[in-house]
This record gives sequence, C-alpha cells and structure tokens, in this order.
Amino acid sequence: MAEKVIAGFTVNVTEEGYLTDKTQWNKEIAAEIAQELGIEELTNAHWNVIDFLQKDYAETGKLPTIRRMKKEGGISTKDLYDLFPEGPLVKAAKIAGLSKPASCV
Amino acid sequence: MSENEKIKKISIVVSKGSLEGVYPGLIMANGARMEGIEVNVFFTFFGMDAITKSKMNNIKVATVGNPAMGIPTLIGAIPGMSSFATNKMKKKMEELDIPPVPEFIEMISDAGGKLYACLATVEMFNLKKEDFCEELDGILTVGDFYKLAAGGEIIFT
Repeated sequence: MAEKVIAGFTVNVTEEGYLTDKTQWNKEIAAEIAQELGIEELTNAHWNVIDFLQKDYAETGKLPTIRRMKKEGGISTKDLYDLFPEGPLVKAAKIAGLSKPASCV
Repeated sequence: MSENEKIKKISIVVSKGSLEGVYPGLIMANGARMEGIEVNVFFTFFGMDAITKSKMNNIKVATVGNPAMGIPTLIGAIPGMSSFATNKMKKKMEELDIPPVPEFIEMISDAGGKLYACLATVEMFNLKKEDFCEELDGILTVGDFYKLAAGGEIIFT
C-alpha cells in the first residue's frame, strides 16, 4: 500500500493505483484518475456507470460483472466499451474508487 | 509486467462442440477484451456449434470419454446423463455470472471481439451464412485467418 496525491488529495492506493479507502474518494479524484487512463472528460454517461458500480458495490460487497451491469444497471456492453475503451471494468472500477476486478467474466 | 510485454492481440481457435470445449475459448476471448486486448475467435469443426443458430442453445457436457468428470463411461452413457451434468454445470455458471452460449457470443461481439467460421467446415457441413448467429463477422479460409492473426498470439482450444 502506498500514498498518492491525486487532484491535490492524499489518498491510500494499492501498487496498481486502486484506492483502498472508499471514504477518501471524491469526484475530482475520479476525474484525475480518468485522465490518467486516457479519458479526457467524464460525461453523464460515464457517471451513470460509476454511480451504478458504487451503488451495486455498496449493496453486494463486490464489483458487478459486465453482464450484471447490463442486466441490473441497464448499461449496454457496447456503450460500456465505448465509454471506457481498452478495459472497461478495470478502468471504471478504478475511477469509481473501488477495488480491482477479481472475476474472470 | 512491463508495457512492452503486454499482449495486444490474440486469436482463439474453438474446435470442440461440447460445453467444456466451447467455454474456455469464450471465457478467454471475453477476458481479453476486458483487458483491452484485440480478439479474433475462429470456430472450426464442432466448435462451430457455438455460433450455429440451431445448435448454440443446446451445447452439452461430454459425460462419455471424459475421465476427469469422474463418471464411469457406462454410467455416462445412460440417456439423460449428459443433460443432467450440463444442467448442474449451467446452474453453477449462472451463479458465477457466466452467460449461456448465445448471450456470451453476443457479449463478446458487443465488446468488439470478432467472430469467424472456418470455410472448410462450413462446406463440409453444408452450412450457409444464414445458419449462423447474426454476430458472425465472416467465413474465412485458414489462410485468411492467419492473415488476421498476424502480429498476435494464437490459442487453439
């Protein structure tokens, strides 16, 4: 575990840069992580995904799969890949301040 | 892993039509897209059942000739045994959020994975483009497949 300054906030992160304490997360941090991952601006569609991830994580204690995001969150797989290219779940989870995906699907 | 060691592209050959023959390739294909890896899946021989409209809903576990299942061959041959084992496995997969074959194919296609059928098998089985699910991106010769796969890894399942 390490400390990192993101958007002016000092937060605890894993070696791979995932926040370890959800209470340290805020929207400015999300925006800066997004930029690091090549997403210039978080649009409403991005926030819709992030909000669902956080809500579902709070309810179930784990990250939803891409399938669940479609079924429960109404987020189409195509849109998800368009919004977060090259690793949608990994990127969205990181921006949302959640843990690294630990599922194969 | 350093940046230059990252896999950028894979092409997966699915050659078997049983449940345990089809899923590893699909899981690897989908998992690759989830990591931003470019994916081609080439279905050949009975692996083509996974993209054939009349077959893709009915992929079963092989309970005969499958020693790792731990079911003696004669028991495995009893009618209904394969369906029984398949249903048990499907139930477990549903719990793990691993989709049924048609939904998995759609998911990989939506994720940007490309799906191809093998021309030799298509001709051998007398199939037409209409026999395949709409996600199919094309019917290819082996030569074309190698061209598509150029610059990436090839995995045979």
